[in-house]
Amino acid sequence: MSTPSRLATPLQIERIEALRAGDTVLLSGEVYTARDAAHQRLLQAIEAGTGLPFSLEGGVIYYCGPAPAPPGHTIGSAGPTSSYRMDPYTPLLHELGLKATIGKGDRGLTVRETCRRYGCLYLIAVGGAGALLAAKVVSAEVVAYEDLGPEAVRRLVVADLPLIVAYDAHGGSVFPGDPPLPSSEGRS
Amino acid sequence: MRTIACRDIAATVAELFQQANWDLPQEVCTALQTALAQETEELPRTVLQTLLENATIAREQRLAMCQDCGLAVVFVELGYECHLDGDLYEAVDAGVREAYAKGYLRKSLLADPLDRSSNTGDNTPAIVHVKLVGGDRVRLHCAPKGGGSENMSALWMLSPSAGREGVIARIVEHVAAAGGKPCPPLVLGVGLGGNFEKAALLAKEALLRPLGQPSPLKEIADLEQEILQRVNATGVGPMGLGGRTTALAVHVERHPCHLASLPLALNVQCHAARHKSAVI
Repeated sequence: MSTPSRLATPLQIERIEALRAGDTVLLSGEVYTARDAAHQRLLQAIEAGTGLPFSLEGGVIYYCGPAPAPPGHTIGSAGPTSSYRMDPYTPLLHELGLKATIGKGDRGLTVRETCRRYGCLYLIAVGGAGALLAAKVVSAEVVAYEDLGPEAVRRLVVADLPLIVAYDAHGGSVFPGDPPLPSSEGRS
Repeated sequence: MRTIACRDIAATVAELFQQANWDLPQEVCTALQTALAQETEELPRTVLQTLLENATIAREQRLAMCQDCGLAVVFVELGYECHLDGDLYEAVDAGVREAYAKGYLRKSLLADPLDRSSNTGDNTPAIVHVKLVGGDRVRLHCAPKGGGSENMSALWMLSPSAGREGVIARIVEHVAAAGGKPCPPLVLGVGLGGNFEKAALLAKEALLRPLGQPSPLKEIADLEQEILQRVNATGVGPMGLGGRTTALAVHVERHPCHLASLPLALNVQCHAARHKSAVI
């Protein structure tokens, strides 16, 4: 088995560009959880110019709504949710500095093109492996939208979160059915 | 007539939903092991190994195996000779409420589907299906159902001319298009016949069968095998990363239907085929 690359936040463009779809990665540092409802609010905040609850620059969003933490645990089960539902929001977030998203499953072509245009990654965790992934979370705190319950935005500090590069910064995809991207217009 | 205490129903439901969330059935683990032995590529193997490791961690730590602890679906087989001392639906909801609080399970239910901030807070109300059967016992079957795989489920009112091949092709195309979204390897529950709502219920009931147990009807068992082989030939693979294992099993339930119709329902279940049952 190939050795996973280590990656730390905030993500640096040189490290991102060195990765290819299908590579395995161990991610350490800060990630922010956000799912459907939180993305709606992030978009509203951007449109209203009221500021975001966390900095997007070099940042990573994890599509995850964890289970409550049992006593003695940092967090409950914390695996990825399906990413395609967040597709409408992703290009703008990448344009504003977000460097990677973490989820599961394939996504629309626009997200893959956006990853290439802005030099970003779409990473996947193993769906349904929430108990194993929770063990990689060092700390967790709600930082915004607490009323959304499991969908609140949480800052997680992770150590060696096991991930796979699904879309790389060069237009590549790990999913066998994905067609090649049309030729690049160059990076913005 | 035998009297059944609703508090016993609530306590049983509370226990079953917690168990279902941390204890992946042995037959599912065995099927994942078999799939692992058949995969040769690195990524599908990594996924299957991770899922097996996850199942062990969840069982040992009594931690939910997946953060999506599901919508609470309960099938109740109620004996004609039972007398309940209270409201069955309230008892089930009391059990669900206790399971999701005590088990630190995620509450994933919105009171208003169009209001994202309307989480009911206790994962109730459960979705309850009651079937009257002979005898003086109550059988409870608790099946927490995740949203990601449920979203990839579908129902079609096919033209009867579609026939057997049309049924198989529709399912295979649909699973291929869903790719990694429903967290393959999958278990596919298929409802064939009945009408609009019966087909959907049959598809859900098909998932209750122990994993991989074939239909007792020869022609349906053959249909299950053919769908399984063709779904696995799509190459979607574990998490959509390619490979031989897109589904672990296909279960088909059949019912008579109108001569003008060919209802077909597909209930997609992720690899976390969680259910537990008990008899009171």
